[in-house]
Formats: sequence, C-alpha cells, structure tokens
Amino acid sequence: MDCAPWSDPPVTYVPATVTRSAKIVVAGGFGVGKTTLIGSVSEVKPLRMEEPITQASAGVDDLRGTPHKTTTTVAMDFGRIHMAGGSLALYLFGLPGQARFQPLWEDLAEGALGCLVLADTRDLDASHDALGLLDSGGIPYAVAINTFPDAPGYPEAELREALALDPYTPLTTCDARDRTSSLHALITLTEYLTEHRSAAVLETPR
Amino acid sequence: MTGPRRDPDMVRPYVRTGGKIRARDDVRLESVLIAASGPTDSLGPDPRRVMRLFTGTVGGLAVADIAAALELPPSTVRILVSSLMDSGHLTSPVAASDHQPESDLLQEVLRGLRSLV
Ligand SMILES: Nc1nc2c(ncn2[C@@H]2O[C@H](COP(=O)(O)OP(=O)(O)O)[C@@H](O)[C@H]2O)c(=O)[nH]1
Ligand SMILES: [Mg+2]
Repeated sequence: MDCAPWSDPPVTYVPATVTRSAKIVVAGGFGVGKTTLIGSVSEVKPLRMEEPITQASAGVDDLRGTPHKTTTTVAMDFGRIHMAGGSLALYLFGLPGQARFQPLWEDLAEGALGCLVLADTRDLDASHDALGLLDSGGIPYAVAINTFPDAPGYPEAELREALALDPYTPLTTCDARDRTSSLHALITLTEYLTEHRSAAVLETPR
Repeated sequence: MTGPRRDPDMVRPYVRTGGKIRARDDVRLESVLIAASGPTDSLGPDPRRVMRLFTGTVGGLAVADIAAALELPPSTVRILVSSLMDSGHLTSPVAASDHQPESDLLQEVLRGLRSLV
C-alpha cells in the first residue's frame, strides 16, 4: 500500500477499483467487544476517529448567563472489507451506544445498511440505549450476544424479553475475537436486511 | 444559529471549516473520494492537508479515513470534503446517476461476506 507524503500519518488507500461503498454500524456499551469485532474482520488495520462534543450542563448558568459546558471526546473505531471483485468497500464503524450521543448518531449512522448490536449477558441493561437510538432512528438491527467466559447463559425467550426485541429481530451469539464467528454475525444481520429492508424503508418517513 | 433538527444543548466545533456549516447529504463517513483535476488555487490549511493526502495516488479515501489520518473530527471532515467537492478538488468515483438500487448493494454485501467464511 502506498503512503501519503509529508508528515501526515500513513493511510491505506481505497483501491482505484472501488466505485461503491456501504456502511454497517457495530454498537453496544463500553467493553462489549466492538473494537475486537471490527479488528477481527477488517482487511486493513482498524483506525480511530475522535469527535469532541460539547454538552451544556442542563440548568446551570454562570453570571453572564452562559451555560457551563463539558467536552467529551467520543472515539470511534472503524475497519474496511473489500468485496464484489474489488468494486465495493464495506466500512464497519463502532459507535458507542449511550443515549446522550443521539445527535452524533444522526450524523454518523445516517445511510447505514444496518447495525449489529453487541450485548453482554452480564450487563444487558447497557444495550438499551443503543437499541433505543436504533429504534428512534429507524435503523434495522440484529443483536449478537458476545460470549464472555463468566457470562451467565439464558434461554433465548428470556433474552428477547430482557432486551425487548421484536419477534423477527435476529438474535445470535458470537465470539468477537474470532473472524469467522464475527462474519457469521454480520451475515445474520445482512440476511435479515435483505429480507426485511425494502419494506421497512417504504414505511420510514425521510 | 443551529438547524431545526439540532439539539440546542449539543454544539459541535465548526471553527475549522472556513464558514461552511453543513455537510452535503451525500458526504457520509463511508463516502469514498478521489482527487479531481480541479483548480489548484490557494486553499486554507485544513483543506490543503486533505488534498495533500491525495497527492501521488490514484487511490481513494473515505471521509472516515481522512478524519483518522488527519486527526480531525469526522463532522469537520464531512464539511471540508463537501467544500472540496463543491470547488471541484475532490469527486466521488461513482456518477450520482448510476447509483445501484439498495437491494443490489445488500445482495452484494451478503455475497461478499459469505465468500469470506
Ligand atoms: N471472551 C471474550 N472476550 C471478548 C470478546 N470480545 C471482546 N472481548 C474482550 O473484551 C475486552 C473489551 O473489548 P473491546 O473490543 O475493547 O470492547 P469495546 O469497548 O466495545 O470496543 C477486550 O479485552 C476483548 O479482548 C468475546 O467475544 N469473548
Ligand atoms: Mg472500543
């Protein structure tokens, strides 16, 4: 791969054969395996972007009437897979699932084919924010339970109820450290998207 | 001020984009850009850093690749790239008219993922 000149860090160029690109979002709480999954399937070294967001502390004013502000930096990893004879680049973006990042999501998840939500049975509640963001953004998703060794196992019906999943939302398991297992989770999502997306898009006002 | 959809409590830093405050709708994180043989007039420092990444390559870069390489926020890069497309410095490798229907794209992605396992 060629590198950019001057002092900017090296980049891996998209081959000139690529004429189309698509995006799948990987979402979930902190430590659930987003970075790991993206790293295990990406064909290029995963990269990181950082988006600073300035958030006013609600209801707090100083003497000039300016609200106090806190700046949070949201880190996002991403990777890339080339397919369709090198004509298509599929980008995978890991986005943090906290509800307060909704404006960021509106910008960054826009146009995504769909989202793979990673969940950890030791902390299923951590998935609710991501699921809420996806529901309100009309982004179709599948859920993959990441199999951590000390995580409790539950029957599928209980998991669906705990996560408040629609009956047709795919629920699978994966080991994000394993490339094939991660690919299968992405295939489960994409199969669902091909079956259900067209109808969903017609119903979603733009 | 901010657009109607913006949460007033969340303001992103748009200071480095030379006054342009909105990205084009077709410039997303995954949008791939290539250099166009456009004008070589004077650009500000950040647009020049973006264009320098495209020097001496026929390859492309997505908005996200540019944000990572230059350590700039992706929201800023979307706007920088939008300006550089408007000014003819960057272009997308696909003509907007031959966009494939979405179902074809999904089928390609599904086929592509299956071929990897
Ligand atoms: N056992 C097991 N460990 C995992 C799995 N996925 C991630 N981990 C580990 O969990 C930790 C957090 O993962 P990371 O990908 O950084 O989570 P992120 O915060 O969602 O990006 C790392 O130490 C990983 O090695 C998995 O599927 N199984
Ligand atoms: Mg991470």
